[in-house]
Amino acid sequence: MKNTIKFMIGLLAIGLVSCEPEFENAVTDEGFYDAGDADFSTYVSLGNSLTAGYADGALYMSGQEDSYPNIMAEQFGFVGGGDFTQPLTSDNLGGLLLDGVQILGNRLVLSVDENGNRFTTPLDGTPTTDVTTSATGPFNNMGVPGAKSFHLVTPGYGSVAGVANGTANPWFARFATSESTTVLADAVSLNPTFFSLWIGNNDILGYATSGGSGVDQAGNFDPSTYGGNDITDPNVFAAAYSAQVDALVAGGAKGVLLNIPDVTSIPYFTTVPAQSIPLDAATAGGVNAQFALYNGALGQLVAGGFISAEEAAIRAINFVEGVNYPIMTDVDLTDVTAILIGAGLDPQTAALLGQLRQVKSDDLVVLTALSILGTVPDPSNPTGVVGVSLPLPNSLVLSSTEQARVATAGASYNAIIEGLAAANDLGYGDMKSALADVAANGAPFNGGVLESDYGSGGAFSLDGVHPTPRGYAFTANTIIDVINTTYNASIPKVDIGTYGTVTTHNN
Amino acid sequence: MKKVLLLTVLFLATAVTYAGGYRVSLQGNKALAMGHTGVAVINSSELVFFNPAGLVYLENKLSVSVGAHGVLADVSYQNSATGETAMTEAGVGTPFYAYISYQANDWLAFGLGIYTPYGSTVAYEDDWAGSHLVNNIALQAIFVQPSVSIKLSDKFSVGGGPIYAMGSVNFNKNLDRTLVDLDGNRSEVTLEQTGITNWGWTASVMLKASESLTVGANYRSEIILSAEDGEADFENLPNSPIIPFSDTTFNAELPLPAELTMGLSYKHNDFLFAFDYNMTYWSAYEALTVEFAPSAPGGETSVTELLRNYRDASTYRFGVQYEASESFTLRGGYYFDESPVQSGYFAPETPRNDSNGYTAGLTFKVGDRLEIDASFLYLQFDEVDASYDYFIEPTSPVGATSSFGGTYKSSVFVPGLGITYKL
Repeated sequence: MKNTIKFMIGLLAIGLVSCEPEFENAVTDEGFYDAGDADFSTYVSLGNSLTAGYADGALYMSGQEDSYPNIMAEQFGFVGGGDFTQPLTSDNLGGLLLDGVQILGNRLVLSVDENGNRFTTPLDGTPTTDVTTSATGPFNNMGVPGAKSFHLVTPGYGSVAGVANGTANPWFARFATSESTTVLADAVSLNPTFFSLWIGNNDILGYATSGGSGVDQAGNFDPSTYGGNDITDPNVFAAAYSAQVDALVAGGAKGVLLNIPDVTSIPYFTTVPAQSIPLDAATAGGVNAQFALYNGALGQLVAGGFISAEEAAIRAINFVEGVNYPIMTDVDLTDVTAILIGAGLDPQTAALLGQLRQVKSDDLVVLTALSILGTVPDPSNPTGVVGVSLPLPNSLVLSSTEQARVATAGASYNAIIEGLAAANDLGYGDMKSALADVAANGAPFNGGVLESDYGSGGAFSLDGVHPTPRGYAFTANTIIDVINTTYNASIPKVDIGTYGTVTTHNN
Repeated sequence: MKKVLLLTVLFLATAVTYAGGYRVSLQGNKALAMGHTGVAVINSSELVFFNPAGLVYLENKLSVSVGAHGVLADVSYQNSATGETAMTEAGVGTPFYAYISYQANDWLAFGLGIYTPYGSTVAYEDDWAGSHLVNNIALQAIFVQPSVSIKLSDKFSVGGGPIYAMGSVNFNKNLDRTLVDLDGNRSEVTLEQTGITNWGWTASVMLKASESLTVGANYRSEIILSAEDGEADFENLPNSPIIPFSDTTFNAELPLPAELTMGLSYKHNDFLFAFDYNMTYWSAYEALTVEFAPSAPGGETSVTELLRNYRDASTYRFGVQYEASESFTLRGGYYFDESPVQSGYFAPETPRNDSNGYTAGLTFKVGDRLEIDASFLYLQFDEVDASYDYFIEPTSPVGATSSFGGTYKSSVFVPGLGITYKL
């Protein structure tokens, strides 16, 4: 009996000890995945809002957790990657306070009204993230929303005092290690063994999303004179970018440089069709009658030598039965306001017609125009319809001329990035091609296809510019591919279908 | 001698049972020690389960067997493409049994059994990679079976009886792979229903072909556990009419499949050899279909269908018994358990591939009436690369499915202890 009990206890002990099933080759085993020639123990990411994990027009905690650097850092964990810290915000509302006063809005959510119509709206609530209650930097993720190339090397860009007067960035002011430091200096202070650098998007994006409201600063080498919506001179970009690469590789770090996607393939520019004004024949005829005088005046302006015949053709207004191109103000047209006033027109009408034309098929009407097209902003003036009798402002249309400026600058930046990657034996991530492929063909994944369509495609968040978590996961996989190829590594990728898309919520 | 005995037991190394799907073949320590054979083994009141026709051949007026098993089952998961890993949280299931048989006269015997032939307890870490299929599940079924056994001749008997089944289920899963509330908490649902009951039956025959050879067959009917107006509790839902869920009730059916067993035993001196063949009619389990009641009056019933598409599965069991001494009876066995899960339907709530069961055990007689029965099962699974390919994605395109797969490795150890009392 005693022996029986001993025997049973023995068997039980064997059972308990060997109960955990183990794989012959466990993914958690040392050497299952390979870091190749790189060392991921201290990974630092530099960049702008894309690197920060910005989405839905805001920076909020759960979005930051799905930033592409954070996703990559998790995967780096399989090949010796260390901790990856981020300057997490204080809530999931988004929004930002400066000393208790809200300076940036909350995140957008997808809502539905009682008739089932979907619309985006800011999430209700008072944000708790404040610029003045600093997060203690530096962080492994040095993504700063809004930063342009030269901002990463601009001292004082993280000055809290500078936020109020517009010389500093509120997000960097939250976690800059000092008032005078630079993003780059804080990043380098972590002694990265591996880095990613994705900067330069905002050097053209602000110009593009503002419908070309800024200035193309090509030839102006002093970025301190630039406005927020200006296009950065390629030489300024090159100087800033190479300074960053030099500083990052100085300690022997390996890394990956990511190029600038074509901003015009994002839903912010592709959602609103160029033709958006439906009219019946009678209304079209009535509107055309209103513009007959303007069309006639164009001929006189050509005759007077004020505009070319070509410009006159561009400016001619013609509505037809069907869906029409809205009218718009184009600052690249000759401003004939003064001439029209001189010809006897009242100043208000002259200003309206001064740089007027209809949108063309190759113009891009921005997402935010959706909510005003066809509306009557002044109830006392029922004939004042946006797009028909009131022009879309210049800021809501990125004309083909403006697109060309953006494309030219973007191509210059990308040539610089590619050259620096090659010169320093760094990985070069062609994010432009990856994004273009998603926009044109979609990217299949386990459970669906990632597409760029606004609200439903899965790749882009509700601001139409920044990716969703799924879009960021796709970004992370794209970069991991580059790293694996460049450094002979075998870092596992993620299943992007397990990352979410847009948030549905009714306030 | 004692050393030899111990070694013998170790080498017979032992099999008991834990079958595919959610069938838990642990219905007696004596039988389990012999590879869970028993349809043609006249041994104890464990026959109430294995073959009630045999009860009439038991030598004692009254025979009682009571026991339980501790199921130590674990499953490891990994996906080498993504690096994701998971391991079920170690828990101990305790299937039990109690049988009593009573000889009314030399041609009639009665029996009563309470046992737990179906069940599943699997718990992964919440929000693990496969959480859209299961976070955790606890399925329990208790069968109560009165039996009668009638000897039609010295060689042939029949038996059977009704089965009253009582079941409960608690199943928690995330709604899909991505849905979260505003704070990023995964949306999940818990389905719970207790006190589900239904009736079934069992019938069997036994033929004592010769002094040495016994043949038996047993059939147990399918019993469908129908959860009606169970509780469906949704958590962490976004506040949006686009998300068509809210706390409600649900109906669902889970089949406890029919099982046919045929087998024989052969006695030679102090040895008894047994072979059983089980056919479990798993094809009854086509899908776990959950009907959610409208959450508001006038609303629509929504149906979630989780395809299972099981196939009928066989188990082949071998056992041997050796009466080593007056006090000790040693047993060993082996079985091969075929999984009912078909390729592409490998769902992590019942992660079972084919397995080999090794069993051993012994009975120690404490005097004339009382016996202590011990058994041990080691169920060996190969690593398997498998996937569940039919999860219906909630987003566009409509009807798109995702696959959840990787490498699974299970291990099951089941020590068991029981007593037999004979009068």
